[in-house]
Amino acid sequence: MPLPGAPTLAHYLMLGSILFAISMAGIFLNRRNVIIMLMAIELMLLAVNMNFIAFSRYLGDMAGQVFVFFILTVAAAESAIGLAILVLLFRNAGSIDVEKLGSLRG
Amino acid sequence: MSFQTFTFYAFATILVFAALRVITTRNPVHAALWLVLSFFTAAGIWLLLQAEFLAIALVLVYVGAVMVLFLFVVMMLDVNFGSMRQHFRSYLPAAAAVGILVFFEMALVILGSAVGPVAGAPAAPAGSNTQALGVLLYVDYVYPFEIAAVVLLVAIVAAIALTHRKRREMKHQDASAQIRARASERVRLVRMPSEKPPV
Repeated sequence: MPLPGAPTLAHYLMLGSILFAISMAGIFLNRRNVIIMLMAIELMLLAVNMNFIAFSRYLGDMAGQVFVFFILTVAAAESAIGLAILVLLFRNAGSIDVEKLGSLRG
Repeated sequence: MSFQTFTFYAFATILVFAALRVITTRNPVHAALWLVLSFFTAAGIWLLLQAEFLAIALVLVYVGAVMVLFLFVVMMLDVNFGSMRQHFRSYLPAAAAVGILVFFEMALVILGSAVGPVAGAPAAPAGSNTQALGVLLYVDYVYPFEIAAVVLLVAIVAAIALTHRKRREMKHQDASAQIRARASERVRLVRMPSEKPPV
């Protein structure tokens, strides 16, 4: 299947997989910075949502968009709680460096 | 090249570039702003896919609320971000290897026979996208919708309970202690002889 040309389902799926790979590399790259890790997780969810919407469009099934709606809801809740934990972490440990969080064990 | 094709490639390029800048930029405030750009561009691509309601919701909810929350937190925390970049280069090979591997694996699946037959999009359903989504959401997916509302409520309560800080210097009432109080703890009756009035 030649990729350049008018966008098809494969184009959108490839875009989603590029985004997913970038955000996965971002999690590895920013091992010390929890904020950027949270942003990378948001990007990952965006990639998944793009796949859902592309499939919803090309298979003619609206249920995919409903799932994107729920993913958006849960992702908003997740980032709110994640940032709250981050603030708490910074207040107690004085740092958001993941490597310094060994004191959390047991 | 049709307008749709041009728009797709332009938006996809901007999206990938913005995503790359999110994970490589030095300053977390800049990373948040690049993430705003990538959400905006993704909303444009969703418009191309005729998911109008979700595109607007993405801009409103993510750019309007979540990213503002991110910016608030980044600016509130006084973190020395320079020290976090020391090991950036040492993580680079592993990150690049994992990213490229993940991408090639998914590309192998996608460009294989998996999605071959569905090349052309069916005609878009008549009527508005919002109406179709609303009918589906309030008829077929009512229970998941209610559960999503509960999830949001739990998130509000959890976020406030986690970050709420009791301030020691402020005086405040303890309602349960007030209710538990008994008259015997508050009033002490003392029996003593009466005194003569001074003459």
